[in-house]
Amino acid sequence: MAELKAGDAIPELKVTPDKYLPHRYAGASGDFNPIHIDPEFAKAVGLPNTILHGLYMMGLTARAATEAAGGDPRALKRLSVQFRGMGAPETEIVVSGEVKSVEDGKATIDVVAAQGDNQTIRNAEAEVQA
Amino acid sequence: MAIKTEAIGKEWPATTYEVGKEKIGEYARVVGLDNPVHFDREAATAAGYRDVVAPPMFCVVYSAPALGPAMFDDEVAMNFAAMVHGGQEFVWGEPACSGDEITTKAKCLQIYEKDGKGFYVFETVSTNQDGAEVVRGTWTNIVRGV
Repeated sequence: MAELKAGDAIPELKVTPDKYLPHRYAGASGDFNPIHIDPEFAKAVGLPNTILHGLYMMGLTARAATEAAGGDPRALKRLSVQFRGMGAPETEIVVSGEVKSVEDGKATIDVVAAQGDNQTIRNAEAEVQA
Repeated sequence: MAIKTEAIGKEWPATTYEVGKEKIGEYARVVGLDNPVHFDREAATAAGYRDVVAPPMFCVVYSAPALGPAMFDDEVAMNFAAMVHGGQEFVWGEPACSGDEITTKAKCLQIYEKDGKGFYVFETVSTNQDGAEVVRGTWTNIVRGV
């Protein structure tokens, strides 16, 4: 079990989703909303291009928090996020976080997922078994 | 325009999803997880799981089907063209493993207006074949210009 202390930064998770990642995520998750997979549709509804699934980025946030706690999927007890900026394929996503508190064997971690200055997930809070 | 709030408290019929080993692996690969407990039965049982275990966020796969009818309900009357997924929370209980039969119920927790936006908050509660709670999700959708 990983030792987590308040104030510690968790290891950064860096992922660059390729052009077809949203297609694979759609297949894996069952969410085929065309704004994620069809550039013509996305542009027709006013988006710059296809955008990443918010829940995919939440999946990366869950992965970063779980790996910070040692990697056992049972470690992640709660994850709460707000989706803000839109995520783009073919752009690096950096998930970073800081341990806010550790109490009764549970650590609360503040997490952010961003592409450059664009915070796609903010005010995220993960609770893991420390 | 006043927002419609009649659907607060409304519940929708439960959906059931049988968790499969290959579907777990497919999801795990997409989010880049390489822990063998998500792919290999022996590794999963050696780690104390009943079978290959789903990553926590795999919950979207088995709980989302219950939410569909709630989001498209005429009484909820959400304007999809102006909707974004604003926030999400999951609280996990018993792990979901291959072979589990998971039942999910959806309920409308809140509908309210704030700063010209409509907030539609739904809850899903998923339980396994033994009646143990697997995950509880709170889904917040935001509609601009209500």
